[in-house]
Amino acid sequence: MYCRTLKPLLIVVLLILFGSCEKLQPEAPPDNSILDGVLTELSLLEQTRHLKGDQSFNDKHFHAANGLGPGFVATSCGSCHAGDGKGHPFSTLTRFGQADSNGNTWLEKGGPQLQHRVLPGYQPEQLPSGAPFAKLIPPAVTGLGLLEAIADETLLMFADPFDLNSDGISGRPHWNTVPAYVQIRAGAIASHDRYIGRFGHKAAVYSLLQQTLGAYNQDMGITSLQEPSDPYTGQKNDPEISQNEINDVVFYLQTLKAPMPRNIHDPEVIKGRQLFNQINCTGCHLPELKTALSPINALSNKTIYPFTDLLLHDMGPDLDDGYTEGFATSAEWRTTPLWGLGLASQSQGGKVYLLHDGRASSIDQAIRLHGGEASNSRNGYLKLTGQERKALIRFLESL
Amino acid sequence: MIFRHIIAPILFFTSGTQHLVAQVDSSLFRTATPDTDSNVLNMDAIYTRPYLVSGNYPVAIGGYLESNWQHSGTDGVSEGHQFQFRRLTLFFSSTITRRIRFLTEIEFEDGARHIAIEFAALDFELHPLLNLRGGMILNPIGAFNQNHDGPKWEFTDRPLASTELLPATWSNPGFGLYGKWYQGSLMFGYETYITSGLNDSVISNSQGRTFLPAVKNKPDRFSGNGNGEILWNGKLACKHNKLGEIGVSAFTGIYNTWQAGGLQTDFKRRCSAWAIDYNNSIKSWGTRIVGEWVCIRTEIPESYSQQFGAKQHGGFVDIIQPLIKRPFLHWEQAEINLAVRLEYLDYNRDTFSETAERIHDETSSIVAGLGFRPSTQTILRLNYRYRLQKDLLGNPPEQSATISLGISSYF
Ligand code: HEC
Ligand code: HEC
Repeated sequence: MYCRTLKPLLIVVLLILFGSCEKLQPEAPPDNSILDGVLTELSLLEQTRHLKGDQSFNDKHFHAANGLGPGFVATSCGSCHAGDGKGHPFSTLTRFGQADSNGNTWLEKGGPQLQHRVLPGYQPEQLPSGAPFAKLIPPAVTGLGLLEAIADETLLMFADPFDLNSDGISGRPHWNTVPAYVQIRAGAIASHDRYIGRFGHKAAVYSLLQQTLGAYNQDMGITSLQEPSDPYTGQKNDPEISQNEINDVVFYLQTLKAPMPRNIHDPEVIKGRQLFNQINCTGCHLPELKTALSPINALSNKTIYPFTDLLLHDMGPDLDDGYTEGFATSAEWRTTPLWGLGLASQSQGGKVYLLHDGRASSIDQAIRLHGGEASNSRNGYLKLTGQERKALIRFLESL
Repeated sequence: MIFRHIIAPILFFTSGTQHLVAQVDSSLFRTATPDTDSNVLNMDAIYTRPYLVSGNYPVAIGGYLESNWQHSGTDGVSEGHQFQFRRLTLFFSSTITRRIRFLTEIEFEDGARHIAIEFAALDFELHPLLNLRGGMILNPIGAFNQNHDGPKWEFTDRPLASTELLPATWSNPGFGLYGKWYQGSLMFGYETYITSGLNDSVISNSQGRTFLPAVKNKPDRFSGNGNGEILWNGKLACKHNKLGEIGVSAFTGIYNTWQAGGLQTDFKRRCSAWAIDYNNSIKSWGTRIVGEWVCIRTEIPESYSQQFGAKQHGGFVDIIQPLIKRPFLHWEQAEINLAVRLEYLDYNRDTFSETAERIHDETSSIVAGLGFRPSTQTILRLNYRYRLQKDLLGNPPEQSATISLGISSYF
């Protein structure tokens, strides 16, 4: 009797189970609520490469046996760029040694970056007293392939170094020297043998490859063919990472999708967007840009909404830390892309740490700290009513 | 389609059970049933297993296997169907002369990719209170490490605290003493061993966190004692017929290589663990409760990264409720059980020096299980597990779920 009822019952339970495995599993979060999505339109081969890079970026932790250090700041790319989003004070870096465009004069003393963490048995590097320095918080790394695919020509269209239009904003590209190993993109425009940098808070870095090699070397003490010197000992080492792996990581960065907005039909968000235009935040945070032709099909000729011009702007004395890179002044910073801003707290541990060093703990505070070329816009913001400011922030959070 | 995905696995699993049972019934061998009296502590687990003995042949052999089908997914990304052959373990025991026993357990994991001598020791019984054990020993930390046989558990996965905080199953060369003592309805047991054990991988591993299980991956760990330091192990257990068994255990030792070739290369750094374990059966209901909690302290070099936790803890509780216990088909003691496991562990209990906020790096999981035991030695188990994993910063957790159907049986 038991058997007769039990057996069919068991089979029914198993049937339901096998048929509904997927339903019993957590759903994917909506695309616009995460940053670490992949571009659509990739070929199968490209998806495989993206996946390989993903594993190296997020899952590979360096340790003593596979090359970490001896001096380092963190043990993996993903531990500073969690979920490909912005970082936390724990993963903030300190760079030091350069006050003006005459270059870094503290290289002998361990510049340009502090490696304050060390393997057991080593002495950590200390910030030399008197050295100019800045703290830098990790930016989100999504949509960077698209930013890399914008033509120099396009960026120059928005530059206005002498403020000819008298709007108080005089953005200029960061013409910087590039290391010999960097491949110059087709259509690049040079000025006195220098090229336009677009990555890093000072826009000192030309390409994602250069950024990646620098990160391996300076953040984790991993030497490569291109960056063979160990930052702790200053001596040349055998490569601790292969060219293939570096290329896969770069490809991964290039093919991360652009952050997607949320609540775009919310009336308050629409109102906020109008105010954002009205007080000329768009003078620097350009809402729309177009990419040029790229070797990666999915990046070619796309319209994107990054809310940046990738140019340097003098942000006034409050944001001037006295430290700089390349040919930027110490008060100049690259306009931070605002796409993905609303997801910042999801990678920063539930809080937000905004601006280059994470000093602003809210969007409101970040805007109030704008000065220099952004003074007019900031004053415009301060003149808004409470309701209007709320709408503007709602809009920024929808990005 | 339906056949391939649904009926075939069922047939596969059911045919497997019958075959195994048939083997035990073979006329050549008889099964030496494990000590079933209640005078058994968790520390006796290696002997409380079914063995096959043949005539007067002095060697008894036994073993178990574990295999399962699994379907899991994390945040909407499915890993699809996975058929896993987790492990095949063989044990051999023999009484060499009176009062000298030998037992070994050899494990083949993931096909034959990992072959390990899990246990291989000689036991000299001098007195019930004083036994000498030497060889490859299962470190007596917590309860699971010594009592890890798949068929004893209602869950396909081992407890997280035992595999992610502690390196279960973990054995090391060494020797020591153990013994038992009875007093009315109370029973006491103790174990003390000195073994080799820890190494630099505690804080130098591919996980980027303090991770004791990484010590198992060091290939040369059996050829000598890596850092020349002793790992001290001890356990006390007390069992009451009604109140159950409680165990308190610990180990401590220097984990890093601090000298080489007569030169000091680093300072000595200690790693210690404490565990408390409990198990009981509530006679009237037949409910079984098993749990374990472990705390670990590791001295982390001051300027190493805070992502390596100096303090860790975690544990699990299993509650198993027999639903039906009666003859079924040809099995006389068939049993259907409902089981739940709750588990939690925190890899890093420190606070960030930058923000004075707590470091997360923690995981929790709940597993529901339905087990069918044709006999106590074989289990066909169906598990559903839901797990949350938070990163260092405490960002929204990764959610994963796993359904598994597995078989595990002594043979
Ligand atoms: C110690 C933390 C840390 C680690 C580890 C780290 N990064 Fe970064 N990353 C940063 C910081 C801080 C910046 C900003 C640097 C600057 O402004 O110059 C940054 C910037 C970047 C950027 C430029 C983003 C932008 O918007 O311009 C990219 C790309 C990047 N990192 C990739 C990587 C890769 C690839 C790795 C691993 C090889 C890595 N990072 C490892 C902290 C880290
Ligand atoms: C003159 C150019 C300029 C104008 C105008 C400007 N910004 Fe910015 N904005 C910047 C730069 C440059 C930064 C990065 C500063 C830093 O990192 O210290 C920035 C940073 C921000 C940030 C912080 C982003 C982050 O992820 O850390 C927010 C939010 C922001 N701007 C909003 C606004 C709003 C709203 C307005 C209009 C009221 C505005 N900005 C006007 C140049 C500008």
